[in-house]
Amino acid sequence: MDKIWLVIKREYLTRVKKKSFIIMTLLGPLLMAGVIALITYLGMSDSGPQNILVVDDMAPVFDRLEDGRNYKFDYSDLSLPDAKKLFPESKYTAILWIPEIMDGERDNRPFLYFKEQPSGKTIRSIESKIEKVIEEMKMAKYGIKKSDYNKVRTNLSLATFKFSEDGTEEEVMTEKTVVGFAFGILIYMFIFMYGVQVMKGVIEEKTNRIVEVIITSVKPFQLMMGKILGIAMVGLTQFLLWIVLMFTFVTAAQTIILNNKQEMVMEQVAQVQQMNQMQSGALNLKKQDNNAFDITDPDNLINRINWPLMIGLFLFYFLGGYLLYAALFAAIGAAVDNETDSQQFMLPVTAPLIAAYAMSAMMIENPGNPAAFWGSIVPFTSPIIMMVRVSLGIEGAQYWELILSMVLLVLGFLATTWLAAKIYRVGILMYGKKVNYKELWKWLRYH
Amino acid sequence: MNNILETQNLIKDYAGHKALNQVSIEVPKGSIFGLLGPNGAGKTTLIRIINQITMPDSGTVLFNQENIEPKHRSLIGYLPEERGLYRKMKVGEQCLYLAQLKGMTYAEAKKKLKYWFEKFEIVGWWDKKVEELSKGMAQKIQFIVTVLHEPELLILDEPFSGFDPINTNLIKSEIMQLNENGTTIIFSTHNMASVEEICQDIALINHSKKILSGKMRDLKNDFKTNTYEIVFKGSLLKFTNALWTGAELIDSKEIEPEHFSATIKLLNRTTTNDLLNGLIPHVQIQGLKEVLPSMNDIFIQAVSNPQTQSEIA
Repeated sequence: MDKIWLVIKREYLTRVKKKSFIIMTLLGPLLMAGVIALITYLGMSDSGPQNILVVDDMAPVFDRLEDGRNYKFDYSDLSLPDAKKLFPESKYTAILWIPEIMDGERDNRPFLYFKEQPSGKTIRSIESKIEKVIEEMKMAKYGIKKSDYNKVRTNLSLATFKFSEDGTEEEVMTEKTVVGFAFGILIYMFIFMYGVQVMKGVIEEKTNRIVEVIITSVKPFQLMMGKILGIAMVGLTQFLLWIVLMFTFVTAAQTIILNNKQEMVMEQVAQVQQMNQMQSGALNLKKQDNNAFDITDPDNLINRINWPLMIGLFLFYFLGGYLLYAALFAAIGAAVDNETDSQQFMLPVTAPLIAAYAMSAMMIENPGNPAAFWGSIVPFTSPIIMMVRVSLGIEGAQYWELILSMVLLVLGFLATTWLAAKIYRVGILMYGKKVNYKELWKWLRYH
Repeated sequence: MNNILETQNLIKDYAGHKALNQVSIEVPKGSIFGLLGPNGAGKTTLIRIINQITMPDSGTVLFNQENIEPKHRSLIGYLPEERGLYRKMKVGEQCLYLAQLKGMTYAEAKKKLKYWFEKFEIVGWWDKKVEELSKGMAQKIQFIVTVLHEPELLILDEPFSGFDPINTNLIKSEIMQLNENGTTIIFSTHNMASVEEICQDIALINHSKKILSGKMRDLKNDFKTNTYEIVFKGSLLKFTNALWTGAELIDSKEIEPEHFSATIKLLNRTTTNDLLNGLIPHVQIQGLKEVLPSMNDIFIQAVSNPQTQSEIA
């Protein structure tokens, strides 16, 4: 048995010492932070300033639209066809056409012609400006006072709470599934990256012809498992280093934020003292603290996730899913002579993985999806999908589902390992033979 | 009999294709054993079974009279026909890894490697990656790795295919050296001429079956056809007439004018002395030599004659 350790050690050390591993480990967290920052930035940024020419067939009703933050209105008495003719040469970036009958009671809609697509935010803002005018029009028509209107006007959003069997209530936020999804993606990435490494490693040994020398010293099964486990340890090492690095980054960032906050608090305290209004000042403070990036707030998303459970399950599902798929990747590697030949066998192996990924993305919107239940039980998809489910929190009977899913995953990887070992044993000694599924089936029946 | 290795009635069936059919061989301790046969005859399957890479469907393998087990792996050194090394790994690390897999300790492996690297004058390669080495260089490493753990039995599958002539000679002399020090060696090859002069014992395999085995010397005697080569000066006609009914001329060639080399086959219990007595009055005999069959001849004869399943011990 100590020989399998030698194999694990070699597989581990040769990979961990590679430059690409070190670079990936250092850059990984930075890259991820970069992607997140980029997405946030793109989400927040707006399209360029718009110059909008209003063609108002109901003139002069719409001559008092308010300008927005990055757009402003100009008015003309041109007809729409004339305006359109001049539009390409003009300084205007868009034409807003208000059709003749536009009282908000018939199904008539204003049109916006643009050169460059305004952002959704801009469009919504323009809509609200028009709505406001129409509302005023209607108020005048029906004799409603603006002050009355403001009193009636209501704007609410539903507060959703999950009521657990033990009586505790928790506010449900679909945001929590995002955390599960993030773990799911991580598992997906790891399975893919390291599964393919297993396959490449097997192909390397086979094409190098070193495999026959090695299996006179160790059993093929030991060689295969040594490779799979060695690479798993590489994955865990990388993950661990990422956590450490991430933790360092976050702590560093937090220290800076906290420092800033202290300054803010000091300033406010000074103001408050000046104004001698201690109470309202404290209230103010609390409000400001309550922002999404504050990790010290118990209501913050980060603090409402059951981290020990999530990390524990992540490790379990990562290892289980990886072992399940890595065995299959090893079998593929053994069956083919080079990487190009591996395509025909890759598809059936990667298809459930990709399906699980797609399904988990959909679950962000609808976590209660019945397909999600089955996906979280079947071993080929459960490593990714169960992470998303569990991130919402589990209770009662769901624990049984979780246990079932975990047991099935263990059985699943034992089964694929058994299957893969049979193919591996024959495949690694088979050179220059085009292998198809029929051939693989034959190998399974060798003894 | 003191055999280091015996196989008894090995059968291996690959989904309809019989790779080995009742193969029994005996390899005497300390011998150089030739496992001969054309490509695809089943030699590699047999070797893989001996190396415990594949299991036979039935039959047994005895190593030093014991049923072969994983513990015997470290007593066998194997140079496969399909051989290679990790290309991206450093030579020294790789040798240490393979040696440790064979059961050597790190310190022991390092010491032995130092000895071999100095012997082959390749100490400078230790930190090189294998991909930086030429093919010939890699072959030397391969050989070192095969013999490093001082196996009792060394199995070489087509050992000289792919080796350049200089390496072939170097490796050949190392193998002879190892054999003198007591290592039993099995050569497996389809090129029968290449091992003729070094093997003492052979087994011939064809179409999954062993068709012949025994001491090379005995086999040659058994298959000899009473054929002699005679070199003489004089007239070929007189020579032929002098043969009379005692022998038959098979072939002759003129080396120089009036100087011939003839191949004859003795008939009717004629001895060489009888033959010479008849010839000497007519031609001047310069040499007489028995022509023993080559392994190739023996193989062809054994294969073409299905009754030759008799074993010669």
